Amino acid sequence: MRMFRAHVLVCAGGSCSLKANRAVQERLVSEVEKRGLSDEIKVVETGCFGLCEQGPTVVVYPEGVLYCKVTPDDVPELVDEHLLKGRFVERLLYQEEPAAGGAAAYQKIPEMDFFRGQVRIVLRNCGLIDPESIEEYIGSGGYQALGKALAKMTPAQVVDEVKASGLRGRGGAGFPTGLKWEFASNAKGDVKYIVCNADEGEPGTFKDRLILEGDPHAVLEGMVLTGYAVGARKGYVYIRGEYGLSIERLEQAIHQAREQGFLGSDIFGSGFDFDVEVRVGAGAYVCGEETALLESLEGNRGEPRIKPPYPAQVGLFGKPTVINNVETLANVAPIISNGANWFRGYGTERCPGTKVFTLTGDIVNEGLIEVPMGITLREVIFGIGGGIRGGRQFKMAQTGGTAGGCLSAELLDVPMDYDELSTVGSALGSGALLILDDTHCIVDVAHVFARFFEHESCGKCTPCREGTMRLSEIMARISAGEACQGDLENLEALARTMSMASLCPLGQSAPLPLTSTLKYFRDEFDAHINDKQCPVGTCRSLAHRAALVTTGKEE
Amino acid sequence: MGKRVRMPGNGAPSEGLKRVDPEAIDTIVAAHAGHEGALLPVLREVQEVVGYLPEWALKRVALGLGLSLSRVYGVATFYSLFTTKPKGQYVIRVCESAPCHVQGAQEVINALMRELGVGFGETTPDGRFTLEAVSCLGTCGVAPAVMIGDRVYGNLTPETVLTVLEEYS
Ligand SMILES: Cc1cc2nc3c(=O)[nH]c(=O)nc-3n(C[C@H](O)[C@H](O)[C@H](O)COP(=O)(O)O)c2cc1C
Ligand code: FES
Repeated sequence: MRMFRAHVLVCAGGSCSLKANRAVQERLVSEVEKRGLSDEIKVVETGCFGLCEQGPTVVVYPEGVLYCKVTPDDVPELVDEHLLKGRFVERLLYQEEPAAGGAAAYQKIPEMDFFRGQVRIVLRNCGLIDPESIEEYIGSGGYQALGKALAKMTPAQVVDEVKASGLRGRGGAGFPTGLKWEFASNAKGDVKYIVCNADEGEPGTFKDRLILEGDPHAVLEGMVLTGYAVGARKGYVYIRGEYGLSIERLEQAIHQAREQGFLGSDIFGSGFDFDVEVRVGAGAYVCGEETALLESLEGNRGEPRIKPPYPAQVGLFGKPTVINNVETLANVAPIISNGANWFRGYGTERCPGTKVFTLTGDIVNEGLIEVPMGITLREVIFGIGGGIRGGRQFKMAQTGGTAGGCLSAELLDVPMDYDELSTVGSALGSGALLILDDTHCIVDVAHVFARFFEHESCGKCTPCREGTMRLSEIMARISAGEACQGDLENLEALARTMSMASLCPLGQSAPLPLTSTLKYFRDEFDAHINDKQCPVGTCRSLAHRAALVTTGKEE
Repeated sequence: MGKRVRMPGNGAPSEGLKRVDPEAIDTIVAAHAGHEGALLPVLREVQEVVGYLPEWALKRVALGLGLSLSRVYGVATFYSLFTTKPKGQYVIRVCESAPCHVQGAQEVINALMRELGVGFGETTPDGRFTLEAVSCLGTCGVAPAVMIGDRVYGNLTPETVLTVLEEYS
């Protein structure tokens, strides 16, 4: 391996790519070449660094200097000043407090508020290695867990280790991963499947995309380990069609892993065979639900199945199948390498480890973070997140995406894990955090939640198909100031019916964002209904909006 | 999703659209035949070649894979990335989900509708753009976001979205 004096990392996560990062990267390469530095300085395209709002970001090592919002025109100065003369370009340095005026002082990356509270297990390589290079993944300890498992552990020991770690599914439901594996491992039959759920569609969630773009091998290694643990020889990654870069990087990683013998037959001479195929989704939120996903993989309409039987018994093509989320799988190799006790050193007793959150809304540092389970909303928003934008007042947070619940300011100190959030009527879900300040009308936002479910209900079961439509109608009336007597009572009754009678969690959880906003912000609903007024003053536009036809390929 | 749709087209490739050799479809089918769950990948590829999924193509797929037409049609109309009707040269998919909404997606949508003179689900008279409302595109870190073709644009304002449109005119 050649030694370079400096590494310049350019974020090529999708979020930055949309901000002309390609141009920045090309300019860097050409400016470095122009100055004859190509042998000393290496420009690397990495995955997402987390600070999406600040992109394109550039990090220069060994100093670990983070530059933000870099444009191609900034590049010559950056190369001349930093790489030639060793002076930082102050005006581009990351600033903890934006718009504070004046140039920022240099801070080491681990000392920044944004990174200090983070523990990076899943994102261990994101933003630090070149995701298109298997050598870099191996160089940072990659595929060692697989080697260890195949050489020194029986499949049952792998299952036991994951069980002991207490890892719970990161796709939303938080089901114990080791237990799921055990069911599949005990299920009869010699053909079994592993499915990686990369259909990420929960609004506000983009972690799986950034994990796959930033460290595809971490997910692959997790899949092979899962296959070994339960006795499967074939894995599928079901990935949403919009994720072009993830698909590309994953395909490339699979190809590299096959070449190196981490996939294919007789891996590491152990006699264990495993291969992975990528299947691209065709656009349906419900296909993230595991049984709908299986239907889709089988070539059908993505409509959920009735459970039981669970996929671990009767899954893909009728065979025992383990379905795990991208983030869950990315946790597996570190657990096998470092052991269950190490993993339990992070997070809470019942939810060990970390959680990747995506921060959206009125928060200073929109982006991707990984923190120990049990962290409070306050720590996330006002610590790592940098607070509310413009110094405005916090109003509401929605945890778990649109299918999650809403919390008001009194609940900022609830520890966030699967159990604690469900006791306050919310959900951890996929880890999406939507933060709203006091300029937003809760009724307006709740109407958007309702429209989402109306659009995404698959139509298979009546409570969900009809219920999501009626909820949306009621919310439209309330926000237009046209609510009739009994609308709120109807909404609450409908919510109860849907959560009890819907076939899958889509319909069961669709009312949650509405009932939880109603619980904490009832006065705003009342103002719309009784006084025909929107206290924040944003609901006027909705009358116009409601008149427009929402799309759909179907009329 | 979940609503009934009338089967469009009369079975022949429409005038003015690219003419596709029906045998191209057989080639796609043949490449996947025998694989379990082949229908989705086949429909994807057929749509890439034909531009959409007309009735004649669905019939050919059904025949080739040995499936009923209703099964094939059911799948083709279930997923939002499949379309049984021709669309404009560029499909503009605007995210309407909450994280984009609270960052001003509605203003971006209004600007697009004003500029293009079409509503959701409609195509501009020159056949260039089809405007669609979609759920989260997974790029909420840079909300509000819009996807044109297979490219995503983020942090849009009513002004910048029009600059983006210029790239396509
Ligand atoms: C409507 C709906 C959408 C879902 N979407 C996803 C998704 O995009 N990704 C995901 O991993 N799990 C999703 N889930 C959860 C899956 O059904 C399943 O619990 C998960 O993939 C299991 O993996 P895990 O145990 O590793 O979390 C969704 C569930 C529902 C009901
Ligand atoms: S909410 Fe618009 S991209 Fe996610």
